[in-house]
Amino acid sequence: MSIGGRVAPGDTTSAGRGAPPEATRLETPARPGLRTGLWAGGLTLLLAASVIVAVTVGPAGLSPADVWASVLAHLGIGEPTLTPLRDGIVWELRMPRVLTAAAVGAGLALCGAVMQALTRNPLADPYLLGLSSGASVGAVIVIVLGVGLLLPVAAFVGALVALAATLGLASAAAGRLTPTRTVLAGLAVTSVFGAITSLVIFWSATGDSYREILNWLLGSLAGTDWTSVAIAGGAVVLIGVPLVASARTLDAFAFGDTAAAALGVHVGRSRVLLLTGTALLTGALVSVSGAIGFVGLILPHAVRLLVGSRHRALLPLSVLAGAIFLVWADTGARTLFDPRELPVGILTALIGGPVFAVLLLRGRRLS
Amino acid sequence: MNDVGGLDAARIRFARGDRLIVDGVDITVPAGSVGALLGPNGAGKSTLLHLIAGVERPDAGALALGGDDLAALRRRDRARRISLAEQEVAEAPGLRVSEVVALGRTPHIGPWSGLGERDRAVVARSIDELDLGPLADRDYSTLSGGERQRVNLARALAQEPELLLLDEPTNHLDVRAQLSSLDLLRRLAARGHTVLAALHDLGLAAAHADHVVVLQDGRVVASGAPHDVLEPGLIRAVWGVDAEVLEHPVTGRPLIAYSGVAGDRSDQRMPRARPVAAGHPEA
Repeated sequence: MSIGGRVAPGDTTSAGRGAPPEATRLETPARPGLRTGLWAGGLTLLLAASVIVAVTVGPAGLSPADVWASVLAHLGIGEPTLTPLRDGIVWELRMPRVLTAAAVGAGLALCGAVMQALTRNPLADPYLLGLSSGASVGAVIVIVLGVGLLLPVAAFVGALVALAATLGLASAAAGRLTPTRTVLAGLAVTSVFGAITSLVIFWSATGDSYREILNWLLGSLAGTDWTSVAIAGGAVVLIGVPLVASARTLDAFAFGDTAAAALGVHVGRSRVLLLTGTALLTGALVSVSGAIGFVGLILPHAVRLLVGSRHRALLPLSVLAGAIFLVWADTGARTLFDPRELPVGILTALIGGPVFAVLLLRGRRLS
Repeated sequence: MNDVGGLDAARIRFARGDRLIVDGVDITVPAGSVGALLGPNGAGKSTLLHLIAGVERPDAGALALGGDDLAALRRRDRARRISLAEQEVAEAPGLRVSEVVALGRTPHIGPWSGLGERDRAVVARSIDELDLGPLADRDYSTLSGGERQRVNLARALAQEPELLLLDEPTNHLDVRAQLSSLDLLRRLAARGHTVLAALHDLGLAAAHADHVVVLQDGRVVASGAPHDVLEPGLIRAVWGVDAEVLEHPVTGRPLIAYSGVAGDRSDQRMPRARPVAAGHPEA
């Protein structure tokens, strides 16, 4: 055994190699970036097309060209060609609604992917862990009290309280967070917060309580306007960017806290910061859409099937896929039973419930 | 503090709740050598490795690597110099072997940058070093225990650590893989890495380690060269088994031949082999 000279960090493995040079002949891992890039490009185009086409769906017989012309005119690039009425349908009614759907879908899918990594729980989702119902309570209380400006803040506080309640309950029950216990705790929290939301609306008794309760509990994008776009879109950009930037940290959590710490991650701090980020984002989204379920569960799992579990690919593609998904789900919600509107959460639950069941059946180690 | 680099741990103490797990441990592993951490289950080996890796903070004591105080290093800088290959590793569904190994580059790259050319080369070499080439594209969760163990080691290697910590690196491995893993540790040490491995197998430690440190109930009860430390009286006192220590006819290193469970652990005289005594307390 020779006492080798001290080797500088970062250069240790190559120093004084005794192994034959063919060791480096092995091919470097396939470039996963290319495949991700292709998916990202494809989904971005699909999202843009979806937004334009979704705006045309519904009464008024609009064409994609009409939508395009209206968009250009409002951006000051082209001449207005539509009648003011038809232009109003495009620009004041449908476009904000479709864009809000895109932003909410993007944000919920991102929250789901991040929460699944941080809690090492494939069933994690802002709705299933109670964040969405907590956010609804915060939002409803503020609306009843008439301080609408605080809406996103109150929703955030509600989401954070619900998250803390769910994780606290789950770990108190099990000593550590097992996926199924966490979901059970989320169910308990969702039930309580859902009941509080309903009580507050009944107590305030303004207008159509039943419809309003349904919209908060199941989620709806009816009546969204450009303010909603600004809130949801702004939250997705402001909070989504740091969340996506944490992809490597989330990867490091794949093998648990000890492995993450040994890879240089501040485990406790990262988890608190990132979970607070998801609560913040969920709060902002729920304040405009109510508690739309399962988007954060369905899309990350679908994207994993396409590109695997690396978060540098998973997070951005989940954002795009979530946006596309909710644009079409909401288009279905407002047109399937036209002129009556379905809360969009009914449709997402119709798809999400079976996905949840499949995950339960697949994950034998969840308990 | 030594000045040839390597690991220097002094008076490390760590309690979890009111249970003292590591109780004033001193360990020195010079750069370019392989140290083995021995001791029965619950002696504090894994915890000590976690403390050195920075996964947990010692309540008292000093840790230095190459003369630098580890407590003063930022977590990420520490992870560039120390890697830990864990014993039990959870499933990570959806990650391919090459992606798992690439996790070792985490402390070396920023949040927005991808793996650079050099990172890829290090990952490829680590995969190669553990003969994982044929498995590189397999899903980690489909691997056997032994294969996972090798992937974990490759990941630790991809971190390019000055100090490589391993918790039971030969668990789940067949004889050939055990020996090739320990050969690898010897090669790494020859290149200047410092290696500290917790091992259950006294024979492997005797055959491959430069120094052994024996822990019992969180304290160091013996340390030094294997042929000085691993003698029948100590083996009997710490592990409660009777053993003869012979000289390996080929390598000349200590060869441990167990003869049975010792009847009375407090008896430190070296007894001749005798029938297995029943009712032995916690081994």
